[in-house]
Amino acid sequence: MLKINDLRASIEGKEILNGINLEVKAGEIHAIMGPNGSGKSTLASVLAGREEYEVTGGYVDYQGKSLLEMAAEERAAEGIFLAFQYPVEIPGVTTINFLKTAVNEIRKYKGENPLDAAQFLKLVRQKAALVSMNDSLLKRSLNEGFSGGEKKRNEIFQMAVLEPRLAILDETDSGLDIDALRIVAEGVNALRSAERATIVVTHYQRLLDYIVPDYVHVLYKGRIVKSGPKELALELEEKGYDWIKAEVEAQHA
Amino acid sequence: MSTETIDLKTKLVADFYSREATLNGEAQSTFHQLKRAALLHFEETGFPSPRNEEWKYSNVRELVGKSYQFSGEHAVTAELINSLEIPNLAGNILYFINGRYEASLSTIVSPPEQLSILPLTEAAKQQPELVTKYFGQLARYQADPFTALNTAFAHDGVFIQVPAGKVVEQPIILRFISDARTQNVGSNPHNIVAIGRGAQVKLAESFRTLGEAYSLTNIVTEIHVAEDAYVEYYKVQNETEQAYHVGTTQVQVLDRANFYAATVSLNGAFIRNNLNIEINGEHCEVYMYGLYLPDGKQHIDNHTVADHMKPNSNSNELYKGVLRERATGVFNGKIYVRPDAQKTNAFQSCKNVVLSTEATMNTKPQLEIFADDVKCSHGTTTGQLDEEALFYMRSRGISKPEALTLLMAAFCEDVVSQIKIDAIREYLTGVITDKLAAK
Repeated sequence: MLKINDLRASIEGKEILNGINLEVKAGEIHAIMGPNGSGKSTLASVLAGREEYEVTGGYVDYQGKSLLEMAAEERAAEGIFLAFQYPVEIPGVTTINFLKTAVNEIRKYKGENPLDAAQFLKLVRQKAALVSMNDSLLKRSLNEGFSGGEKKRNEIFQMAVLEPRLAILDETDSGLDIDALRIVAEGVNALRSAERATIVVTHYQRLLDYIVPDYVHVLYKGRIVKSGPKELALELEEKGYDWIKAEVEAQHA
Repeated sequence: MSTETIDLKTKLVADFYSREATLNGEAQSTFHQLKRAALLHFEETGFPSPRNEEWKYSNVRELVGKSYQFSGEHAVTAELINSLEIPNLAGNILYFINGRYEASLSTIVSPPEQLSILPLTEAAKQQPELVTKYFGQLARYQADPFTALNTAFAHDGVFIQVPAGKVVEQPIILRFISDARTQNVGSNPHNIVAIGRGAQVKLAESFRTLGEAYSLTNIVTEIHVAEDAYVEYYKVQNETEQAYHVGTTQVQVLDRANFYAATVSLNGAFIRNNLNIEINGEHCEVYMYGLYLPDGKQHIDNHTVADHMKPNSNSNELYKGVLRERATGVFNGKIYVRPDAQKTNAFQSCKNVVLSTEATMNTKPQLEIFADDVKCSHGTTTGQLDEEALFYMRSRGISKPEALTLLMAAFCEDVVSQIKIDAIREYLTGVITDKLAAK
């Protein structure tokens, strides 16, 4: 589904991604872990099409297409979804109106008819129940005055409505209590299928108790320096990142 | 000053004297004497130059460099008026074509015990003492050259009275149509609105232009709001790229009155709105909302005054603008708190989004506070679009133009939602969405 080959990216002349290689197949969940500043969020942002980052090398193949040539909205329409680490507050645009516009813009891209009000409402009700999203939040301005947990839940709710092929969760666990964490994870797990894939970007192992990954990758200084099965996350939790850093420095020495 | 400028002024002054010669006795009336004084003042000052601080960013050179037919003649039919209708708008709808009140096109639905409407000149003949009591008393000709010009030529407009204690259920909509299909046209309508103690009324002024020739509307509306009255006042401008508009709305509110204003400027070549509110009473509530969306080479200037003269009143102001292409905008908001006006709360905010490097916004909050126990604040922001919000929307599949339209509509919503006449609010929402989506 996704093949990242020697991806390099920089912001304001500073190289953040230093040659990323990663393959994600349909049905898989990949966890990307790593210390602060290792480039985890940058990777998520570059994949979603954030324009502040300059791609300086490499290519990304997504379902046979060159991902990096697509605008952010095309990527979304092609099934990529980024759950933001810091969801944006947009005063004056209700969550429901925002989402209806998104759903119908994507349908238009695919050459499908827009959903009418009744069809859309039905879809929303069903998905809201999945993440225990309160109706009153849907009618409020997007994320405005939402608590941290409500914002993250709203991200997963949007994901559930848009049903992406490839979901990228950028530190979705940060700032969540255990209850919220569980609800968010249930939402993600409910979407698991053989056709979809998920990349979970996280600093801590605890989210991976709920969303069990097939692979864990450790990002350090803009490269994937170690990959392994889900047990690698537990090892990182126990031993921290220093031993990885030491291993990398030793290889370079 | 260009020779053309002198021409328009000279022509106007000559027009005044030739018309005066035909007045036959009325020239001695107090009504006319005030007009004459205003003319003399205008003759002395001429049109304002950018050296005049109040006109620093609004150059009227183009506007005064043209000639206009002020006679009021037109060929507007009821059919044509129908094509300009605001859908579902009901109430007292008064049409003014080239500044003249057209009773035959107008509809008055409120009963006479709630509402009295007379053309200004008619009122000046029928009730000279009453009209003299109001005419030019709030909008003083010395304050501004355009007000002087308007006062001198104020032969039309309406005199609206709402008796004490009456609730006018249906809104009063004043629709000004400039018929510029065959020639440049100019008008100086002057309205007086006297709202009695404890009365309640919704008032709106809307401006449209027909045709491609130039038009100049120089309007003055004086609104007297007596004690305990409640007034909503809306001004909506949707004119052509050849339409010049200078308007002064001068308001006085007395004890415990509420005055609630919203000004929405959608289109026009040059718009200058003065909204001046004298808060000459205690425990008044005054709100001023504004929205302007210039694009192309449009210029929109809003000058406002909240003049707190007595203690214990509140004023709240929010103006918002979206500027695109080569548009220019001006906001000048004055708050005066006089020495007597203790316990005043006065708040002002002006927020702008400038979407082009060639567009310019000039903002100037001006607070002059002479009392010590008051709460006043002001803030202006002028920025680009929220890129983070734009990316967020695009990452959900919403195309860039659609995301921009949604964001801008949301930005405008704060002001549009303040308009309590449903048909006007819905009309504005439609026009705003179309305008923002067009480019």
